[in-house]
This record gives sequence, structure tokens and C-alpha cells, in this order.
Amino acid sequence: MSSHYEAPIREPLVTGEKTYHDISVEVGAPVLGRANKTWYIVFTLALIAFLWGLGCIIYTVSTGIGVWGLNKTIGWAWDITNFVWWVGIGHAGTLISAVLLLFRQKWRMAVNRSAEAMTIFAVVQAGLFPIIHMGRPWLAYWVLPIPNQFGSLWVNFNSPLLWDVFAISTYLSVSLVFWWTGLLPDFAMLRDRTTNEFQKKIYGILSFGWSGRVKDWQRFEEVSLVLAGLATPLVLSVHTIVSFDFATSVVPGWHSTIFPPYFVAGAIFSGFAMVQTLLIIMRKVVNLQDYITLLHIEYMNKVILLTGGIVSVAYITEFFIGWYSGTSYENYTYLSFGAATGPYAWAFWALIICNFVVPLTLWVKKLRRNILWTFIVALVINIGMWFERFDIIVIDLSKGRTPSSWAMFSPTFVDIGVFIGTIGFFFVLFLLYARTFPVIAQAEVKTILKSSGEYYKNLRAKHGDDVAHHVDNDP
Amino acid sequence: MYTLSSKLKLTAIILVIVGAIGLVYGFISTPSNEEELKELLAADAHGEHGAEHEEASATTEEHGTAVEADHAASSEGHGETAHGEGEHGDSHMEHLLHQFQTKPWSAIFVSAFFFFMIALGALVFYAIQYVAQAGWSPVLFRVIEGVTNYLLPGSIIVVLIVIFAGTHFYPWQNHELVEEDVILQGKSGYLNFPFFVIRAIIYLIGWNLYRFISRRNSLAQATATNLTPYKKNFKASVFFLLFFVITETTMAWDWFMSMTPHWYSTLFAWYIFASIFVSAITVIALVTMFLKKAGHLEFVNDSHLHDLAKFMFAFSVFWTYLWFGQFLLIWYANIPEEVTYFIIRIEEYNLLFFGMLVLNFIFPILMLINSDYKRIPWFVMMAGVVILIGHYIDIFLLVMPSTVGPNWSFGITEIAGLLFFLGLFILFVGTGLAKESLYPKGNPFLKESENYHY
Repeated sequence: MSSHYEAPIREPLVTGEKTYHDISVEVGAPVLGRANKTWYIVFTLALIAFLWGLGCIIYTVSTGIGVWGLNKTIGWAWDITNFVWWVGIGHAGTLISAVLLLFRQKWRMAVNRSAEAMTIFAVVQAGLFPIIHMGRPWLAYWVLPIPNQFGSLWVNFNSPLLWDVFAISTYLSVSLVFWWTGLLPDFAMLRDRTTNEFQKKIYGILSFGWSGRVKDWQRFEEVSLVLAGLATPLVLSVHTIVSFDFATSVVPGWHSTIFPPYFVAGAIFSGFAMVQTLLIIMRKVVNLQDYITLLHIEYMNKVILLTGGIVSVAYITEFFIGWYSGTSYENYTYLSFGAATGPYAWAFWALIICNFVVPLTLWVKKLRRNILWTFIVALVINIGMWFERFDIIVIDLSKGRTPSSWAMFSPTFVDIGVFIGTIGFFFVLFLLYARTFPVIAQAEVKTILKSSGEYYKNLRAKHGDDVAHHVDNDP
Repeated sequence: MYTLSSKLKLTAIILVIVGAIGLVYGFISTPSNEEELKELLAADAHGEHGAEHEEASATTEEHGTAVEADHAASSEGHGETAHGEGEHGDSHMEHLLHQFQTKPWSAIFVSAFFFFMIALGALVFYAIQYVAQAGWSPVLFRVIEGVTNYLLPGSIIVVLIVIFAGTHFYPWQNHELVEEDVILQGKSGYLNFPFFVIRAIIYLIGWNLYRFISRRNSLAQATATNLTPYKKNFKASVFFLLFFVITETTMAWDWFMSMTPHWYSTLFAWYIFASIFVSAITVIALVTMFLKKAGHLEFVNDSHLHDLAKFMFAFSVFWTYLWFGQFLLIWYANIPEEVTYFIIRIEEYNLLFFGMLVLNFIFPILMLINSDYKRIPWFVMMAGVVILIGHYIDIFLLVMPSTVGPNWSFGITEIAGLLFFLGLFILFVGTGLAKESLYPKGNPFLKESENYHY
């Protein structure tokens, strides 16, 4: 591991005069304390939305897909849009925990836990759509290659929709394991700190008897690194496979080789926007401003700028190659002159404004470090990335190769209700998480306290790099 | 201070001279008319090698549409119409003659671009290290600056080649062809000679300007009392990366994709970037190991090597990801105008095409996955050489199938091109390294970098 020395030019990642004890107390507080009224109100709202969505899902499955706004031309619309959107959001979590771990970014430590939680909950939402958008979801188990009584009738491994099954299920399980391993020392901290017998029992079970021995830590680090090394290609491949759903086809606008990396960049872009949205509120509500600092927000904004830039280059590429190809069909794709002026022009411009124009403001340092503005931009990006997927799916399908089958799409209340339901479900899970899980990886933050904590950095600035880091008030 | 040893200098000069002679021979021995070509083919036909060629051209004729479409694009328009009936023989010979005349051009371009892209990729890596405020890499900055010293001569040569290659590479520069071809007419807003040249010059100026500015600031930081030069470099790097991502994209379209102007792929530019980047990191690692062994980099430890090797590993995988993404999508959808690109590569370059995957993916992934091995210089050296050979083949396969089609060979001209540019590369990188102290004094992350252990 890298040495403890850190260049003075780096800004501190933990502000205030924190000790190890302070970290335990402050991270444990929301879990060990009681929820306030606001939490109950928000939770109830989320629960209602979830139940409404559940009703819509039951209605769809029991009545038929015809209750959605789909038609013969546009067979995929809100269902797959929401699916790709949720999967995309889930990617930032793994990016923060895995990719940033590989790049040894210390700032990830304050945000990785919540980002991973967001991943898990977002993938759960995403996972609903492939099932409920089926005409006969009760036969969904046929997608699995299991020996059966139809003369061992198997699946066709050539379909990207089947690859999706493997990708998403692998992604969910690996993310879950990665998240849980990281939680062990933190659950153990809660187990040891709580005075409530019931909580002690629960966290005792959840922490798998973690006792924090040297050998355990050594293996813990190795497992984290190996999982990070595996999760990184996993993130790339999962969203790549999602992009294959479109790119392997011959639909103009869908068949584009740039889709795999471009979807991945878009996923990170939208995922980070969602992390911003959640963390900006959370740091305030549970008093973690010393750990999730302005610097963290700025760093995340920089990642948003980077991935947003990559996505913009991809837009330009799509637009250019659409023209360059000389194919007349390419003029009706989601990034073309036809789309900018056609019946879906509003969706086209929503995409351009939300994903390209508004994020450009983050180039200004003042705005990048402005929490309110960051929050607004993050919301706008979430909307914009929803439109990106909507545009790719619906605009490209609406004007295919045969003009006689051109059609428009409008959603029904069930389409919208299911989407709202998943948002509700997501927040139900996230709110429960924020009350019961340590939302900051305290064990990890403790490893950077002395190299990147404000107090210790000041100490070194005053007394030189070799000053002793003893703190007497540490219990 | 490092000094380029006279032995190495002499070797480099000999490489340049031998390479130059070989290249001149390559241009002279090119058949200048159809009579000479017939003689050449007749002479060749006796040898085994020639038979292969004959067979190759025979296959081309058999595969009607697919390969032909590609030829129509890469040759001067004696494609579908002319190939049909009547004057088949003549037009075929003319087509073949053009491909043979293109061979030395292609050979020189493959090598010129290969070494140029290393310098360019190193510059990008350098800019990224600045922007990311990397704490491990500052000790390598002078080494990287040394590698980018080749950028100026390398980029000038490459730009001259693409400008003067004319219809050897870029069939859309042939007016007669464009007149018959509606698709090319549609593209002429972008694919026209003046705009093409202007773009090339913009790339040239932009890339070299950043190299000039960053080197100047980096040297100024060594004597400065505050961090102003460093901060300037940080900003310059951000803007360079912005400039690069756009110009690299259009460069790939201009210089490579437009060799087969009917064909297009949206991923193409990023795929070329992966090749550029991984080769550059590999060369940085090789040069670092060379200098370390010679005792000039006592502040560089095996953790730095470990990190470089990790980048080599990771970007080899990344390259493969993009290669596979592009290949799979085109293979899967199998749209006629797109698959031509891979059909000619698989049919006429089979061993190279799939062999490249072994060198660029399977080898690095097996050799560099072990973290102990990533700290052993000779091991990383070995992996690095394999990666570089693999990416030379990658560039070879970008160019050759589009320009000379099935009539490729790896002979005197190609080897001479490699030697010439290798010599030039060693000369410029060597003198670049010898200009200044290899210790990048004044960098705010230098102490972090020196203390770096992983």
C-alpha cells in the first residue's frame, strides 16, 4: 500500500479535528438513534408510490401488455427505457467502489457505501422490467438453460436478451457480495457500539463474527482488490451487453458499433448524477458534511464532466457518421437532422439540453463547487439520460425502413405508474438502508484520516512531514 | 544527466540509413506500368510466394460482391462496373498495378504512424497524469517528455505522407471516381482535399503546441519559486485532452476510415485510440526500464514499474474490448456494406488478423496478471515487446487491406520502413532525454511519487 505521506497541495478529505472515535460515533449515529418525522413522511410517500406501481404491475400482468402504450411498430418503449436507465444508474456504484479503488482514489471512501447501495437498489428496479415486459412472465424461467422434460429444450445463446439475463444476475450477485464484504467491519462496529440487545444480535449476525485480526484485514484487502479487478470488467461488460440489445440489430440508429463504450460512459454519467442527488441530501440530513465534503462533490462533478464529455463526443460521432454513411434511413435516427426537426424534436432537444448544454456549466469552478447548482444539474442529467434511452428506443423505432409502419408512441397511465412505482421502491429501499446501515465505510475512512484529515494535514504543515501523529484523546 | 551513448547513436543512424536505402529500393522496384507488373507476376509465379499471390487475386474475383465493394472503394473505380464483363482483363491489371504501386506508400505509412502514435499516446498519458494529479507518476515525467520528443518529426512525416499519398490511400481524391459515385459525392462536404489538408495541419499544430508548452512549463517548474508553471500545465493539459479527443476522432476518420470511403463504423476512432494508448504506455515502460538499468533513474522503484505494467495489462484488455465490440456487432448484424471490412481481413490476412489477438490480448493477460511478475523488468520487457509487435500488426491491418488489398507482403520495404522509423525514434527520444536532468524537480507531487510504494 502507498505510504502515509501526502503532498500538501492536496485538499483534506476529512474536515474538522476528527479522531477515530468521532468517526465511529458520527457514522453510527443515524443507525443507533431514532428516525425523525421527516423520515416517516418521505418513507410513507415512497411506500405509496411503490404500492401504486405494484398495483400497475399486477394489472399489467393479469390483463396483458396491451394496457401499455406500445403498438406494433414500437414494441419497446418505457419498459426498456426504464430498464436501461436503472441499470445505468446502478453502474456508478460499482465504478466508485471498484474502478476508483483500482485507481487508488481516497475520496471514494466516503461515498462508496452509498453508491454501492444505490447500485443494488437500482439493479433491483431494473431487474423488474425484463420480467414484467414479457407477455407471459410466468414462463420467465424458460430463459434459463435448465434440463427439462421437453427433450431438454434449451435456450438460444445468440440473443443479447439472454446475455442480459446472465449479465444482470451476475452483476447483482457480485455487487451484493462486494458490498457485503465491505460492510463486515462496519457491522461489527455497530455490534460493538450498540447497547440495545436486539440490535446487538442482528448486527452480530450480519457482521459474520468479524473480529478485525491482522490476518482478517490482510485477506479482506486482498478480496476487495480482486473483486474490484473483477467488478471493473463486469461493469463494462454488463452495460455493453445491455447496449447489444440494440446494437446487434439492423434497426437504423440502433446498429452502431460505438454503443458498447458509449452506453458505459452514459451509465457512469447518469449514475454519478444520481449519487450526487442522493448524497447532497444525505450528507445534510445525517450530518456527514465533514466526510462528504465540498471536495467530494467537486470530484464527482469532474467525473460527470468527463463522462458527459465522452457521451457528447459519441453524440457528435453518431450524428456525423449518420450523415457520412450516406444511408437515407440514417436520417430518422435519434441523433440526426430528421430527429431534430421531426415529431420527436422535443425529445431530441431535451436530450441535447439536459446532457450536453447544462452539464457544460460545471466547467466553471464556482458552479462546480456550488451545492445547490450541482443538485440541479444532477437532476437535469437524470432526466436527460432518461431521454437519451427514450430517444434511442422510441425515435429509432418510430420511423423504420418501411414508411407504412411508421408510428408514434404515447404512454398510458400504467406505463407511467410502473415507472413511478420503481422510483418509490428504490426510495423505500434506500431510506431503510440509510436508517439501518452504516452509510459511510467508517473502517476505510479511518485508514485515510491521518494522511488526508484536515487536522493532521495542518499538523504536518506546521511541524514538518515527519511529525508524530499521536493523538492523546483517542480512546 | 543521461547522455545518448555513441554506440546507440551509431546504431540508430545505421538503422535510419539502412531503412532509407530499403525504402528507396521499395519505391524503385515498384512496377511503373502494366508490362513491368506482368513481368513481376510471371517471375513471382515460379516461386511459392507468387503462387500465393495468384491465388489471392483469384479468390478476390470469386467473391463477387463483398470484396469487390471494398475494391471499388479502395481502387480508382474499376470496381463493380468495369469488373463485370468485356475489358475485364485490362481493368484488373490496372487495379492490380495500382495496388502494387501503393505498397511502398503503405509500408512507409504503417511504420511512420506506428512510431508517431507512440509519441502522441505518451503525450496523452502525460496530460492525463497532470489532470488526474497522479501521485505516483511524476518521477516518470522526464522520461515521458523524452518519448514525446519524437512527436514533432513524427507528426510532420505522417502528415506529409497522408497529404502526398493522394489516391494511393484515398480513392475519394480521384475526381473521376467521385463523378461516378453518388455516395462519395454525398461525402465530399467532408472528404475533399483542401479541408482534409487543413484538418491535418490543425492536428499537427495543436498536438505539437501542447507538447511545446507542457515541456517548457515543466522545465520552468524546476527553477520556479511558486507553482505557477505547474498550474499552467494543469490547465493546458485539460484543454489538450479536450482538443485531443475531438481531433483523434476526426484523425481516425480522415487518415484510416476514408481509405475505404464507403465503409463506416462509429466505434472506429476509439478503437484506434486504444491501440495508440497501450503502445505508448508500453514504450514508456520500456524506456523507463532501460534508463533504470543504466542507472539514471535511482528515484524510480519497482512500484512504478508495477503501475506501468498494470496499465499495459488494463489497456490491452480495453483494446480487446473495443476490437471485439466492433467485430461482434458487425459480424452479428452482417450488413453487406459493413462486413466488407472484416471479410477482406479474415480471408486475406487470416493469420495476422487472429494472431494479433493472441499477441495483444492472450499474451499480456497471461503474463501480466501476476503482481510479482509485474515488478520483474525482463518480464515486463518481454510482455512489452509482444504488445508492440501486436499493435504494429494492428496498424498494418488498418492500412494494408484497405490500400493494397490481397497483394500484401512483408518484405524488404516493410522491414526497411520499420528500421528507418525505429532509428529515427531512438535518435529523437535519446536526444530528448539527454537534454535535461531526468529528475523533474519542483513538481508538487514529486515527494509523494518518490515515496511511492504499492
